[in-house]
Amino acid sequence: MPSTYATHPEARDIVFDFISDYDNPTLLGAFWMTVKLTFFSGIGSLVWGTLLAAMRVSPVPLMRGFGTAYVNIVRNIPLTVIILFCSLGLADIFHVTMGASDFKIQGFRLAILGFTAYTAAFVCEALRSGINTVPMGQAEAARAIGLNFTQTLRLIVLPQAFRAVIGPLANVLIALTKNTTVAAAIGVAEAAYLMKQMIENEAATLLIGAIFAFGFVVLTLPTGLILGWLSKRLAVKR
Amino acid sequence: MTEVSVAKEDAAATGELVVLKSVNKHFGALHVLQDIDLTIARGEVVVVIGPSGSGKSTLCRTINRLETIDSGTIAIDGKPLPAEGKELARLRADVGMVFQSFNLFAHKTVLENVMLGQIKVRKADKKKAEEKARSLLDRVGVGSQADKYPAQLSGGQQQRVAIARALAMDPKVMLFDEPTSALDPEMINEVLEVMQQLARDGMTMIVVTHEMGFARSAANRVVFMADGRIVEEAVPDQFFSAPRSDRAKDFLSKILHH
Repeated sequence: MPSTYATHPEARDIVFDFISDYDNPTLLGAFWMTVKLTFFSGIGSLVWGTLLAAMRVSPVPLMRGFGTAYVNIVRNIPLTVIILFCSLGLADIFHVTMGASDFKIQGFRLAILGFTAYTAAFVCEALRSGINTVPMGQAEAARAIGLNFTQTLRLIVLPQAFRAVIGPLANVLIALTKNTTVAAAIGVAEAAYLMKQMIENEAATLLIGAIFAFGFVVLTLPTGLILGWLSKRLAVKR
Repeated sequence: MTEVSVAKEDAAATGELVVLKSVNKHFGALHVLQDIDLTIARGEVVVVIGPSGSGKSTLCRTINRLETIDSGTIAIDGKPLPAEGKELARLRADVGMVFQSFNLFAHKTVLENVMLGQIKVRKADKKKAEEKARSLLDRVGVGSQADKYPAQLSGGQQQRVAIARALAMDPKVMLFDEPTSALDPEMINEVLEVMQQLARDGMTMIVVTHEMGFARSAANRVVFMADGRIVEEAVPDQFFSAPRSDRAKDFLSKILHH
């Protein structure tokens, strides 16, 4: 640790000098990992959440049952339990390694799997409330020109439902960004993982907390602003 | 093969396009359609009238199975209505439907509304679909609004777009479910004129409406419904000047004399 100070004594003058001591991960590297976790889990949960929502409104009772059961079970389990299960359960007991050869990549992929499984339940419910805002007549008109169930959902109902719930989806995405800190529990080197290291080694606890809090605000604030703007722009006028 | 086609020609020769036989439907305890028998010939314009709650909208909606029926049969062009699935989707494409509340796809432009079915259901190529859509929009008089969104149009314009959207599928029969009931009075005529032109062009039409003027001028036959039953069927002149049933006399006296 003190190697930097020995070779560069002038570094002591810099307030944030301790930050550069960390290179596994670096501060930027840790936040980059947070971004990657959020990005891939975000895409995954949007896709899986949309499929779940489609199941929950489908005419097939078995699919509806599965969708309902999934959402009600998954959203009520603490995320930490899900992430730990992905690592300790899936990987260690069932040997699901997601095609990864080394432990770090395996943890990264399993974390994304866990975040996707968990966040999809919330995406599904946001989207389902959006589907409820689309007037019945839209689907009837779609069916009346000969579109089948999937086409009606894909071309008419879901595009309108999505536009109605951009705001709530922004909430889900912001929550996901912050939830990725749970991945520290299975050793994924993201922001919270680095923060824990720093707090253990440094005295400036408040400063460290402030740095990480600021980092997350920098990530999530634009998400909220951009999606809020989009939500107004894309609102369906009736 | 030949036998099948002969059979088809027979169906065509009899001219029966839509046939309902002893159709029954309940909404819970309410027996909304009671033993409905109705046959509509090719090219015929049938206007269904009656007091609200008489089941006329439900009747209209059962014909393309937006409402299911409890018993009885409905056949279109000799083929019984299939259950939910691909077959049903194909049949619905042949049955145009115009709703009271227009139901234009709110997130698509007027032009896209009229093109969508052609492309996704009829698998038409995009250019041809657009050409056809534009000519249909011109025909109903809203060609200049093609690139607007439905919410930017007046009710009358929206309903004419809805008619164009249904026509784009080349339907065998058009169902109109109270097409002018949600319109401001000054917009009713522009929609009725389009419908009258359609009737003159030989389209088979089933029209649920309160527009007695349209019934008189465009209908071949008036079907009067009350309490879930067809009470009376007659040519318009006869129905309006000399209704046979008391129920129809009562209904007409309430709507025609003010």
